[in-house]
Amino acid sequence: MRYVVKRLLQAIPIVLAIIILNFFLLQLAEGDAVDVLAGEAGSATPEYMAELRAKFGLDKPLPVQLAIYLKNVMVLDLGYSFRHEMPVSELIFDRLFATVLLMTSTILLAVGFGVLLGLVAAMGLNTWRDTAISIFALITYATPLFWVGLMLIVVFSLNLGWFPTSGMENFAMFYEGWDRVKDIAHHLVLPTITLSLFYLALYTRLMRASMLEQAGQDYVTTARAKGVTENRIMFVHVLRNALLPVVTMAGVQVGALIGGSVIVESVFAWPGLGMLAFEALFSRDLNLLLGIFFLSALLVVAVNLVVDIVYSSLDPRIEVD
Amino acid sequence: MAFWKLFARNRGAVIGLVILVLITVMAATAGLFFPQDPFSLAGQPMSPPGENGFLLGSDSLGRDVAAGIAHGAKTSLLIGLLATLVAVFVGIVMGALAGYYGGFIDNLLMRLTEMFQTIPSFIFAILLVAIMKPSIESIVIAIAVVSWPAVARLVRGEFLSLRNREFVQACHTLGMSDLRIMLGEILPNCLSPVIVIGSLMVATAILIESGLAFLGLGDPNIMSWGFQIGAGRTLLRSAWWVCTFPGIAILLTVLAINLVGEGMNDALNPRLRERS
Amino acid sequence: MTRLLDITDLHVALPPESQRPYAVEAMNLHLEENEILCVVGESGSGKSLTARAVMGLLPKPRVRIAQGSVLFQGEDLAQASEERLRAIRGSEISMIFQEPMTALNPVMTIGVQIDEVFRFHDRMPGKERRRRALKLLQDVQLPDPEQTLKAYPHELSGGQRQRAMIAMALALDPKILIADEPTTALDVTTQAQVLKLIKEMQASHGTGVLFITHDFGVVADIADRVCVMQNGLVVETGTTDQVLRRPSHPYTKALIGAVPDLVPRPARARSSETVLRVRHLEKTYRSGGGLFGGKERVVHAANDVTIDLARGETLGIVGESGSGKSTVARCIVRLNDAEAGEILLGDTDLRPLGRAAMRPHRARIQMVFQDPFASLNPRTRIGKIIAQGPMMYGASAEAARARTLELLDIVGLDARAYDRFPHEFSGGQRQRIGIARALALEPEILVADEPVSALDVSIQAQILKLLDEIRDRMNLSMIFITHDLRVAAQVCDRIAVMQRGQVIEVGPTAELFANPTASYTRELLSAVPGKDWFSEPAISSETP
Repeated sequence: MRYVVKRLLQAIPIVLAIIILNFFLLQLAEGDAVDVLAGEAGSATPEYMAELRAKFGLDKPLPVQLAIYLKNVMVLDLGYSFRHEMPVSELIFDRLFATVLLMTSTILLAVGFGVLLGLVAAMGLNTWRDTAISIFALITYATPLFWVGLMLIVVFSLNLGWFPTSGMENFAMFYEGWDRVKDIAHHLVLPTITLSLFYLALYTRLMRASMLEQAGQDYVTTARAKGVTENRIMFVHVLRNALLPVVTMAGVQVGALIGGSVIVESVFAWPGLGMLAFEALFSRDLNLLLGIFFLSALLVVAVNLVVDIVYSSLDPRIEVD
Repeated sequence: MAFWKLFARNRGAVIGLVILVLITVMAATAGLFFPQDPFSLAGQPMSPPGENGFLLGSDSLGRDVAAGIAHGAKTSLLIGLLATLVAVFVGIVMGALAGYYGGFIDNLLMRLTEMFQTIPSFIFAILLVAIMKPSIESIVIAIAVVSWPAVARLVRGEFLSLRNREFVQACHTLGMSDLRIMLGEILPNCLSPVIVIGSLMVATAILIESGLAFLGLGDPNIMSWGFQIGAGRTLLRSAWWVCTFPGIAILLTVLAINLVGEGMNDALNPRLRERS
Repeated sequence: MTRLLDITDLHVALPPESQRPYAVEAMNLHLEENEILCVVGESGSGKSLTARAVMGLLPKPRVRIAQGSVLFQGEDLAQASEERLRAIRGSEISMIFQEPMTALNPVMTIGVQIDEVFRFHDRMPGKERRRRALKLLQDVQLPDPEQTLKAYPHELSGGQRQRAMIAMALALDPKILIADEPTTALDVTTQAQVLKLIKEMQASHGTGVLFITHDFGVVADIADRVCVMQNGLVVETGTTDQVLRRPSHPYTKALIGAVPDLVPRPARARSSETVLRVRHLEKTYRSGGGLFGGKERVVHAANDVTIDLARGETLGIVGESGSGKSTVARCIVRLNDAEAGEILLGDTDLRPLGRAAMRPHRARIQMVFQDPFASLNPRTRIGKIIAQGPMMYGASAEAARARTLELLDIVGLDARAYDRFPHEFSGGQRQRIGIARALALEPEILVADEPVSALDVSIQAQILKLLDEIRDRMNLSMIFITHDLRVAAQVCDRIAVMQRGQVIEVGPTAELFANPTASYTRELLSAVPGKDWFSEPAISSETP
């Protein structure tokens, strides 16, 4: 428990740093919120714009603006999207569920199958299984996400008609209860596969290398010298140690995963944060884009926390450090 | 020469190198075989591969897919290399200072890389390009900005372990200057892993570039594979070839670079090879 | 009656690209019940692979038994199935290893790891297994067995881990215990305790022990019989008395002759001139803590250390790991910064000097390092490694080259070494190069930090001799850091004993050995392995 509190405290400076980074990115962009507003309205007198700037605090010195920004972010006021005519935070929370759903299923699939494939490859070192898995990992590791998505759509949606091409659910059917869950799951299949392939390859390679490294450690020899069976050596001694770097990597990759979801969501029109980011990009809605950036970073912090807790339960040495 | 012998032992690496050379030749001779602007109308729109004089077909605006791929190779390789060079340079400088001096610089760097691990790097790259307006420079900068921390961490780790090696301490007892120890004694001993990670980063950079271009954040004046796929996605039903071939080009290039990177790893870090 | 273990014509084949075809060749060896047989040899002699061959733990298929038999109570283990070997391992034959930290699984408790031995060999209820595990931990004298069962390996000290390993190995009362350098990674006092424990356990269980070691002191303390190996061949076998007192093979003679004598050599006249005075030196290391909680640990590595070094003398600083002896050395050469105290070289206090101010004094104190493989830059040629010092202080390229060639000659290396890289040299040769580098600046003081502890015993003797020669030839004063009292006895005029950052006793070597005042010094001296065998005048040896 103390460990969890400690990790929570450690996350604070990172979140702060991200907020500050966000603020400066906003400053970097040409024009401010008032320019955007004025552009929306068509024409605005300079006097009116100055008045607006004073209202938003944009005429104050930079540190004061930063303080105002920090205060606003603390209460999750991420500004206003003039395109959607909605507060940014409301827009984002609407879409959060879809992204969390996609991420969860992707992490489960990628880590689960990655560990499994890595294990199978390491156990049958230099057999055809190992070679096949290694080639599969090598190729998926080199394939761009969006292209995989498009190719899956061509094959499984357009030609075979097994899965829908886009969206999260079929609104026209007005499903409820379990039917709705099944419908969403049906829509979830292709995006999840697309997003997880790259990470699946990553974890497969990592797990294989990790298993091989651990299998050469001294404690394995000790276990053999004790007369422990090969199965127990592999699945109890080696596996648990080999999982540690994979779990660490799973945490590290969450950030990249959210980045990948922008592409996958835009390919499959999955109504999550990534799709929102894609729309914001097209409508040049920088405020919204920054809001998404901030919230997705928060999401990563949260997932990392969970990963760290899982890790500390796997590795008894962690409390000491 | 021992390097080539070890490198050639990895069959995949040799295949990768051959593919990479072919792609480089294709990029270098793109202007020769496809002298026309790849954005221009070259003939009948929506021609399937092999028809109307289009080797790989044409898109809805009559642009030659094959010409786009040849010119796109230039873009991918150029941006991949440039972004990696910038990232490796920044990473080496930061990592060397942090690892060698420790203390405040090291703390700062570690917090910074922690932050970079936390922020979704691809969204960050999107933001940077969107703010700076899409161009070759902004894309290179954006990719380098999200890539350097990996190099910095690696170099920091190497410096951290090498600076306590006895041969480095012997240089201290001789009174050698810090700069000379860093550049002359430590850096040459950690170049192999940097070369390996650098070569793999070229592959990642090409993937990021294609992703940005796919989302419409490519340099509007330059043909790129990601742009081709992005432009062709609406034609999935009617003209599968527009998306398919540039994707294969990306796949082959990235695969080749990864294979070469692994071969270099085998050749440069012989200890690791013996383990498996 | 069949023998407990009978090895006949054993050949262990190495992979084709190795330096020699067999790691172990035509070995004949046997082990009786209730005896300790020591297999002794230097690194690369094949002694460890012999142990693994008996256990069926060779890294197959690259290394395998090519020929010969390993009869355990009449059953040939070289032909036994993997299934049968597994049944034997841990119950009939068990093994302990050199590095108890890596030999235990870091993520499993000691209790679970001991329990595995029971679970895989005997069917007994959980309560009974637990009772026996507790009994075992008591037998190996681990404090608080209940707590130890629940502990993870990193929560125990090195000696405790090795005790836990021994408990695990003896769980099912095996007929044979194979011990592969089990005390090499331990401090000398811990080593003495663990050796005593092994001997006690062996005696009370009647176990046959195959004990692998490189240390003749350990052999003298523990062995009933000895088998000496060189380059994969058994060169001599016999009782401990025979082999140690009347070695017949020249290699055995050379090895035994190379064991440094624990009787200090005759004292030399001490110069009245003091070249270095260290006064009240303080150095602490802090770890943990930081901004977000965690307990900060403070280690006092040097606590009020005061020592003098006379011109031409060798001062030994002796202590176990963590005693602070290396810290003091590193503070003196200014690799570490001490927090308080004085380091007076002549009249100059080096301690507060900044980098630039320190530079003119650098050449006066030079250092020889411990690890010959880490102390030379693998990418720099030997000539440059040695010559760059003089050149930094303004010597011309020709002068530096001439000086380097001269130094190579002094340390006993060929001039051809000049253009070679470090990896082309053996450990002993590299240590010579390291010494040449330190001498290149013509220092007044040489600080040697464990300069021979990474070397085989025969090479050790050569390097110690070389250090002695150059000290006399160049009128050097030397500070010699070591954990090995035998080595200290042979090179040091005076010795300072350190424990937990403090100098607890200083005195002329002979006096300190004869009448130690501090109880810790007495403990150290009595822990030296083989002290009863090798304290009399060295055994005459015909080999040079």
